[in-house]
Amino acid sequence: MATAAQADSGGIFSWLDRTHTVAKPGFSRWLVPPAALCVHLCIGQVYAFSVFNLPMTKLIGITSSAPDDWKLTELGWIFSIAIVFLGLAAAFTGTWLDRVGPRKAMFTAALCFGGGFLISALGVHLHQLWIIYLGYGVLGGCGLGLGYISPVKTLITWFPDRPGMATGLAIMGFGGGAMIASPLSVWLMQQFATPTHVGVMETFVVLGLVYLFFMMMGAVIVRVPPKGWAPEGYVAPAQPKKLVTTEHVHVDQALKTPQFYLLWGVLCLNVTAGIGVLGQASAMSQEMFPGHISALAAAGFVGLLSLFNMVGRFFWASTSDFIGRRNTYMIFFALGMVLYAIVPWTGNIGSVALFVACYAVIISMYGGGFATIPAYLKDIFGTRYVGAIHGRLLTAWSAAGVFGPVLVNYIREYQIDHGVAKADAYSVTMYIMAGLLLVGFVLNWLMHPVAEHHHMNPEDVDA
Amino acid sequence: MTESKHHEDVSGANTIKLALAWTFVGIPLLWGVYNTLAQAVLLFK
Repeated sequence: MATAAQADSGGIFSWLDRTHTVAKPGFSRWLVPPAALCVHLCIGQVYAFSVFNLPMTKLIGITSSAPDDWKLTELGWIFSIAIVFLGLAAAFTGTWLDRVGPRKAMFTAALCFGGGFLISALGVHLHQLWIIYLGYGVLGGCGLGLGYISPVKTLITWFPDRPGMATGLAIMGFGGGAMIASPLSVWLMQQFATPTHVGVMETFVVLGLVYLFFMMMGAVIVRVPPKGWAPEGYVAPAQPKKLVTTEHVHVDQALKTPQFYLLWGVLCLNVTAGIGVLGQASAMSQEMFPGHISALAAAGFVGLLSLFNMVGRFFWASTSDFIGRRNTYMIFFALGMVLYAIVPWTGNIGSVALFVACYAVIISMYGGGFATIPAYLKDIFGTRYVGAIHGRLLTAWSAAGVFGPVLVNYIREYQIDHGVAKADAYSVTMYIMAGLLLVGFVLNWLMHPVAEHHHMNPEDVDA
Repeated sequence: MTESKHHEDVSGANTIKLALAWTFVGIPLLWGVYNTLAQAVLLFK
């Protein structure tokens, strides 16, 4: 292994430079996944932000909402703004990230995400909602996007033999983050609550500091491999698979290829099919099985889905290393279609167990879609700009974040308004989801290698 | 210091670092999984 390169700049922030993150001889690559997890376990909190919504409607009234308290509809925008800025930050900072390396990106993400919480605490203290929009929504959202993509390329270069497993490990953390944040936030609010105070501000301060520390640890641990490094005993396949390139495509050039848009569609449709269900899981389970699933049991159902969402990220991404990325997505779409088509039938026969099993697998594939896409991008476009390309592709996630809930909610409303029983109102939605997955199947089936004229010149790759 | 001794030291230091790093992320993750499983059990009661 080559020795670490020397520093290229001075000052107190020089330790953030890419040259300072080059691993020294003897460094274990298995330290990189926990570094990535430090970031992803924190930013995964975004999926648990809703636990603050109800308490924040009672900041003045304490036991119930006062006329000057914020409304749920106003608070819902905090999450939406954060997700929009996640997509924007991922799309626009990818090239910068590729240039400066993972440590500076993780450091910046930590400042943004932790700082977002601290600014939001000020917003709660002053009871100014716009400060929270700016704090958690804009600044925190930028931290989310930057943090999400920051370890991806590094993991892929450390694990050329198992890129799916490596990115799956990190992105699994994003799924697991909410499972930590939700009970932690509730517990903290209970500790800080007084008869005259709901405890949200203090909880924001504690979470901001904890996440700042945790993410900084990731920035400290992370290393990039020396140039030309390969795992001991690893030999790149002499006869590469058809859909695994050894070339590199520039991020700007990638946007001119049909493969980018095919993958955009593949991710968008896979996410759309899962995200709409995740948001409505509690209500859906109770309405499809009235009298069988209580509100408490429905909360258990949501918890189970979170678990499968997390486990699916690791399982499917790791599996894709053996069966190939395209085949993995073929399974997502084909099996997803069958399962979505079966769901209404499980309601008709009153089988809660089958219903839960169907959704557990569907949600595992939703998570798996997120976790497998970086390795799919690496296979198609090479590793040189995979971080930046991944960032651009995540706009598909933002789009799906709109399509999914809209499809589920509006079609359900339409059905009920036209006299369909609540228990049956989801059937049409499920069939539409199955249809979307069919389109995704076709897009994935159309995937083929990038044309040679899009490849980078070897001298540009090293530049 | 001989080369093999140096190699052993690096390997030992790596093991400690690995254990610390994975514990650092593993404890909160396991706590989250435990809480989620405890919640999920309600579905089957």
